[in-house]
Amino acid sequence: MNRSLTREQTTTILQGILCLVLFVVLLQVWLLTATMNAWMGGDDSVLWPAAAASAVCAFLNFGLLRYLNRLAV
Amino acid sequence: MNDAANPGTVAPNGLPMNEQPAWRRDFPIDWPQDHFVARRDFTRFLVLTSLPFALVQVAVGVLNWMRRDRRKPTSKPIAALADIPIGGATTFCYPEKHDPCLLLRPDENTLMAYSQKCTHLGCAVTPNVDKNCLYCPCHKGFFAADTGRPVSGPARRPLPRILLENRDGVVHAVGVEVNAT
Ligand code: FES
Repeated sequence: MNRSLTREQTTTILQGILCLVLFVVLLQVWLLTATMNAWMGGDDSVLWPAAAASAVCAFLNFGLLRYLNRLAV
Repeated sequence: MNDAANPGTVAPNGLPMNEQPAWRRDFPIDWPQDHFVARRDFTRFLVLTSLPFALVQVAVGVLNWMRRDRRKPTSKPIAALADIPIGGATTFCYPEKHDPCLLLRPDENTLMAYSQKCTHLGCAVTPNVDKNCLYCPCHKGFFAADTGRPVSGPARRPLPRILLENRDGVVHAVGVEVNAT
């Protein structure tokens, strides 16, 4: 699949993936902080939507990692 | 084999291999490859941290679900209405014996009760019925006595309100109303 990619291209793709993954992880940190804040304040309505959102983020990250693992240099 | 996808070893200083010192020719490190591997491993590490975040979120949900029974309201007698001074306050514990609460009686017909734990860092708030407020001495937090909402100081959440019922002259606590905002 990636035989046609040059090394520079692969590195650029990797950097793009790294930025995305970093952004998604930061989003998860924020989600956890906001959820804990709401939960400790007695609001438990956000727990499951936030857990679902965080799970989607984790899946997205694993999808990106799978794609990354297929990139050979 | 050197082609576009694999241009051969590139030294850190970018000079061709035949201009490199002997030690580097003996142990060549391909700099772009080194960058690639380092960033790829960092990405893998980030993805691995992503999983625990999702698991913790789910664990919090499960913990909350397991604790739901604890929040079922129980009824508990607090004091005879006649024993509560008008313009005064009294303390009681609800729903458990380690949950201190305040019962306020600003006038003859009004009763209000709140958890005594400050929503900032948990110090005990003290009533000031004359000024219609509850005061937390730890960081000078003030809460409105009629709503439990923070009016000044570092607390951001209102004090949990204890629901009351007057049953034949005896005041009962019948539930806790937690207001997140
Ligand atoms: S603990 Fe009450 S204001 Fe800080």
